Parts: sequence; C-alpha cells; structure tokens
Amino acid sequence: MAKLFASLVIGAIFGLGIAISGMANPAKVLNFFDVAGTWDPSLIFVMGGALLTTALGYRLVFGRRQKPMFDAAFHLPVNKAIDTRLLAGSATFGIGWGIAGFCPGGAIPALGFGGVTVIVFTGAMVIGIVLARSLDGLRQKPAKAF
Amino acid sequence: METVFTPWMSLAGGVLIGISATLLMAMNGRIAGMTGIMTGIIPPFSTDWPWRVAFLAGAVIAPVIYLAAGGAIPYAVPVALPLLALGGLIVGVGVYFGAGCTSGHGVCGMARLSPRSIAATVTFMIFTGLTVYVVRHVAGL
Repeated sequence: MAKLFASLVIGAIFGLGIAISGMANPAKVLNFFDVAGTWDPSLIFVMGGALLTTALGYRLVFGRRQKPMFDAAFHLPVNKAIDTRLLAGSATFGIGWGIAGFCPGGAIPALGFGGVTVIVFTGAMVIGIVLARSLDGLRQKPAKAF
Repeated sequence: METVFTPWMSLAGGVLIGISATLLMAMNGRIAGMTGIMTGIIPPFSTDWPWRVAFLAGAVIAPVIYLAAGGAIPYAVPVALPLLALGGLIVGVGVYFGAGCTSGHGVCGMARLSPRSIAATVTFMIFTGLTVYVVRHVAGL
C-alpha cells in the first residue's frame, strides 16, 4: 500500500510539473521547435530545470542508498547499444511529435482536462505501441524449419 | 499561433518533473519514463502493473485538482484531429522501437549521461524540429 500511495504522489508531482511547464500544451511545444516562425523558447527552461534537478537527485539517491525503498534493486537500463533500432525509433518519434505536438509524457497529464484532442492522440499512440510490439514479436520469432 | 514566453513557470514545472524522477528512483528504483511506465499496462500487463497505474492516475488527477483549485494551465491544440491521430500512431511506433521518449531518454537518461539516451534525444529533437519546419513552412498547414 505504501508503495502504491508513494507512486500516486510521485505521479501527481510529475503530472503537475508537466502541466504547469507547458509540455502538455501542443501550441507551446510546437512553437518551441518553430524557430523560423512563432518561436517560444520556454521549453529550454523545462528541460534545463528537469535535467539539473534529476542529475542532482540521482547523485543523492545513488550516493546514499544501496537499494530503493520499495524494491530489492535499482532498475537501470542494461541496453547500451546505439543501433539502427534506437535511432530509427527516435527519429520516428520525432516526426510524430512534430506533427501532433504531444509526446507521451505531455499527453497523459492532459487526459483529465484536454478533451477530445488528447484522447484521440493517446488512443492512436497506444495503437501504435501495440502495432509495433506485434510487428516486433513476429520479427523476433525464430524462423520455422521446413 | 503565438504563445506567451513563460520562463519561470516552465522552470518550476521542470524542477517538479526532476523531483518526481528523483523520488521514483529513490522509492521504486525506476526511471520516470512515460513510455516505459505506460507500456507496462498495455496488455499483456507486466507483473508490477499496480504502481504503474497509481503513477499514471496521479499524473492525470493532479492537473485536474490544480485547475479546480484555481490554477491556470494554458492549452491549445493547433492541429486537426486526423493529424493528431496520425501523429499519435507514429509516436507510438517510434517510442516503442526507440525505447523511450522525452521523459525517459530526454530527462532521466540524459541526467545519467547515458550515451544511448543522448543519441536518442539528439535524434528526436532534430527530427521534431525538421518536421515542424516542413509542416508549417513547406506544407503550410
């Protein structure tokens, strides 16, 4: 129960941060990238504030704790490969983000107040993940011997 | 569509995102990446789905409470619904293969100075910028 309550509060801090920062506002996100048009540099401050705080916070956590409070170990990504899969996936994500103005972390906190627009985006995004996962599953299955 | 430059609110929001990422690592030992957290509750559910649902519920509810308490959250979507659906589909495929998005790679991974996350972030930032340029100034949408 303590872990669930903590997760709820930590998610709330995340959602509030996203909402007040402007990351959940496609008009603002798209303007950040529209240097040649209606440029709004606000998101530099979101990324800067989030990065510095997380870098400091992680140093504190990893320096002082052997393991997290509610788990046996820290779950850090083990994949170190900078490969086609990573770069093509990231490029694809960038194209979608540039079209819609929502990224996953920006969309979820907008679900409660953003109406039909963010619901359409999020629904399509979930379908995209499911499609990609099933394609990936087909590709990774060992070929059948004839 | 013009938007107002909001350095202080954006900085405050960024700091909150960082506090959340720090706490999620300290408590659950997890990266605060929306792609990773969300993918675990798209069937088949991962075995540790309850904390993920709690985190997502908190993320959805907090802005609603903030609004109800009189806070302001500027919000405008200058994109037509079909393009939102197309963008969403592309984002879903991209974050699956890229194994992360702005929160996971851009904040948590970059904060750990992970070369993989830095490569991912630089790549998607460039492609987002190029796409916005093409959509707005070439296609004129």
